[in-house]
Amino acid sequence: MAYSRKSQRLLFISVGLGLAVIAVIFMALAFSSTAAFFKTPSELQQETAADGQRYRLGGLVETGTVVKQGTQTDFSVTDCEASLLVRTNVILPDLFREGQGVVAEGQLDAQGVFVADKVLAKHDENYMPKDVADKLKEQGVWQGGGGC
Amino acid sequence: MITRFAQPARFFALADRIAPWLWGLVVIGLGVGLVWGLVIVEPDYQQGETVRIMYIHVPSAWMAMFVYASMAVASFVALVWRHPLAEIAAVASAPIGAAFTFCSLVTGSLWGKPMWGTYWEWDGRMTSVLILFFIYMAYMALVHAFEDPAQGRRIASIFALVGALILPVIKFSVDWWNTLHQASSVFRMDGPTIEASLLWPLLVMGITFQLLYFALLILRMRSEMAAVRLRSARLSLMRRSQTAEAVAS
Repeated sequence: MAYSRKSQRLLFISVGLGLAVIAVIFMALAFSSTAAFFKTPSELQQETAADGQRYRLGGLVETGTVVKQGTQTDFSVTDCEASLLVRTNVILPDLFREGQGVVAEGQLDAQGVFVADKVLAKHDENYMPKDVADKLKEQGVWQGGGGC
Repeated sequence: MITRFAQPARFFALADRIAPWLWGLVVIGLGVGLVWGLVIVEPDYQQGETVRIMYIHVPSAWMAMFVYASMAVASFVALVWRHPLAEIAAVASAPIGAAFTFCSLVTGSLWGKPMWGTYWEWDGRMTSVLILFFIYMAYMALVHAFEDPAQGRRIASIFALVGALILPVIKFSVDWWNTLHQASSVFRMDGPTIEASLLWPLLVMGITFQLLYFALLILRMRSEMAAVRLRSARLSLMRRSQTAEAVAS
């Protein structure tokens, strides 16, 4: 059976693209651990940290753990399974609050405290005006920023 | 029907009739969307006034991806069916898409500083969008890198198809990997997570940016078409004078 040049090109390009898509899926799966922006506290606990190894630690600021002493701030970051104490001296971003997502960059010290020299607040995907948020809290159906 | 309007003369006749309406709608849409999003909308409960950047950032990011998807489809049609209009549509789209991508990168960065505490981080979403920007740049360079423009356009079409693989990576980067960038707020399985009063102006801006792309595309396709015609006219003129010289000598 003879194919027209048009359908030959169609077949060739479609097969080529199909193969490329499969390649990208494999790459995305293979990179899933290294392309991650941060590690969660439970992931970090499993690591045998080499000295001075830098990490990004991500999770929620555990409610009731933020302690400020002068320029130093201590808080716990949790992924609802494990939590890790973070100590930092940097200025915290506006969105840094208890129960909110956070990414801290730094290293573990000898006592297992995560010393961060950079703290980023993570924003979630929920957008609403303030009075709507207040109403939701009042009615007890608040979903966002509640922690674990 | 499609083949009827795929003929260049008919296409441009139709496009010229649609264009003024498109521009009219873009002006109205920008007027309504910008005032609604940048002035009227209530501040967000966490971000405050900074939420307004979303009304430029999110539609730009949508268009960055939509324009590239259109470019890839046009390149596919150009490669398989050798349709001249499809090739021109792809070439004409590239700078528009690059501009939208640049706009989303810049507005995202300006939002990131007050909200995250950083202008830039190499997370999955930001990095993949930056790669998309570079792909646009490389495509535009490739189109003009060959002596024979037809060859340049064909090779660029293949490149555009391969480059389209960045689109699913951008879309799902926030699901596949943990990122600093938040997950999708609008196009998600369980519906938007943006409250209706904040969402409507976003949709107005989204549709307006879409229409802006079509309006600019018609303009750019006209000039690309004119450039192709100009070149072939120049070539035939050159050939004629060369034969005249040959005859004279």
